Amino acid sequence: MAWDYIIQGFSEAVKLIDDPYVIEIALRSIKVSGVATLMAVAWSLPISVLLGLKDFPGKWLVKTLINGLMGVPTVIWGLVLYLMFVPLGPLGSLGLLYTEMGISVGQALLITPIIMSIVVNSLESIEGEVRELALTLGADEIRASFQVVRESVGGIVLAIIAAFNRAIAELGIALMIGGNIYVKGGVYNTRVLTTAIQMYTVRAEMSVAIALGIILMGIVLAVNLLSNLVRKWLE
Amino acid sequence: MNKRVNTLVLLVLLLTGLSYGCIGSTNGTQTATEKPKVLTISTTTSLYDTGILENVVAPIFKEKYNIELRFIPKGTGGAILDAKSGASDAILVHALPKEQAFMEEGYGVNRKVFAYNFFVIVGPKDDPAGIRGLSVSEALKKIVEYGRAHPDKIVWVSRDDGSGTNTKEIALWEKAGFDFNELKNESWFGTTGAGMGNTLLYTSERKAYTLSDIGTYLKYQKEGKINLDVLVDKGEELINVYAIIIINPKKIPGKDFEDAMLLAEWLTSEEGQKAIAEYGKEEFGRPLFYPAVPVLKSEQGDVFKWILKYGFMKDGDKYTECPEKFRYNATYDFFEFPASVVGG
Repeated sequence: MAWDYIIQGFSEAVKLIDDPYVIEIALRSIKVSGVATLMAVAWSLPISVLLGLKDFPGKWLVKTLINGLMGVPTVIWGLVLYLMFVPLGPLGSLGLLYTEMGISVGQALLITPIIMSIVVNSLESIEGEVRELALTLGADEIRASFQVVRESVGGIVLAIIAAFNRAIAELGIALMIGGNIYVKGGVYNTRVLTTAIQMYTVRAEMSVAIALGIILMGIVLAVNLLSNLVRKWLE
Repeated sequence: MNKRVNTLVLLVLLLTGLSYGCIGSTNGTQTATEKPKVLTISTTTSLYDTGILENVVAPIFKEKYNIELRFIPKGTGGAILDAKSGASDAILVHALPKEQAFMEEGYGVNRKVFAYNFFVIVGPKDDPAGIRGLSVSEALKKIVEYGRAHPDKIVWVSRDDGSGTNTKEIALWEKAGFDFNELKNESWFGTTGAGMGNTLLYTSERKAYTLSDIGTYLKYQKEGKINLDVLVDKGEELINVYAIIIINPKKIPGKDFEDAMLLAEWLTSEEGQKAIAEYGKEEFGRPLFYPAVPVLKSEQGDVFKWILKYGFMKDGDKYTECPEKFRYNATYDFFEFPASVVGG
């Protein structure tokens, strides 16, 4: 029974992959999670550099907190953000509930600790040698720090890729904040790959679900491949 | 090294810009500057799962008024929570007690009844509990009997999600002499906490019984997703009345009252009622919903009385779809009939 679904699903899926509807949803996924990644990077990088290169009391506490935040399940984010984003909630005036931007903000919060954690680790692992080398070669403190950040670019790329993949694969926030809205030709649609896959599985329309699943996997694999190539090229 | 990093940064910036440009333009034919108005409607899953809202109502509304309808499918309970939190401009629901409470609290106004169909008890073809053709109460009694005799399998599946269907189910159990909350603790009584479609799939999988709205059942059965028979479909208490309630702009400011009223007006207009009557006819051989307005206008027949009894609110000695105290700047008329019409 289940095998029938899968075989039939795959063959139908191949036909559906260039369907404009399927493409629209896939592009929305990339857009929403891409924006989330850009936002998260924008606020994570400066803080991470600070955390990675500066020593201050209570630093371990901040790092523990960041690591802890990585474990927050996406439905918890969804629940908390729903309560914040409902129009009569504390952040309701932003108008984020059931919008693409709402999903992006939620995903950005979800991936922030991932980016920070990887970047801080990679900075710290290089910091010692590189900084000392730079200083002995006559660089000042700021230039030395700069050099450390440059050297850990591989780690930063890894962090961004990991964060994007986490965001695009995420369901809880996309569903609870986005609402899986789709109207043909609509401007306010929020259906993305994960929420669509969930919906088609519930509706037992397996071929569409499988087609979207293949695309989602394709995006994730392509992004990983790309990141490996980039890192290899950088080394 | 430095050169490579610089090239990389440049490349990333270029790609980001490019992809943003591409994706930005995929938003369809509309350009960003002339975005249509958006109206957020919280709806029951039993309406949404049939596809009528996405496939019929939304496209027509967009064409006619350039208003994009954003449907958020949740159970009636979830729809009401969304509305109370200010997320929706109107709600489409089918649970009279919950609707009444919602309006009493001041959240909803100008309720209009626009469609009806029937609930059915569905179950496996071989009907092990032997409920085929019985009255609702008798059938439920048989199911409890059979369930208690088979505590090791799921015999009844309940949505248990605070939806309109769930609200009806609880009332039917009560009428048959059972307490829903007690039944829930028995091992043969399964709950999904999910929408109608999901629940039907699970029920079919477990070869169990459940209460379903006929629309979702027909759609899923026809598409071969489930293997369940309609076993009980007689009884006035199975009528399922759908209504639209507009969010009270005095209670929740900032909602699009006028356009929500436009939707209510269209749903009950001749055009809207016709669209409801047509939906699914070709595909399923019968409509998934029946238009309520012609029945109310005719003032005749059993269905007319049932809609009043199970879908109208009692206001003094009248049955009305919206008691006077819940009306606000209404641009349309409301149906109301003397209580004597329904009789005993």
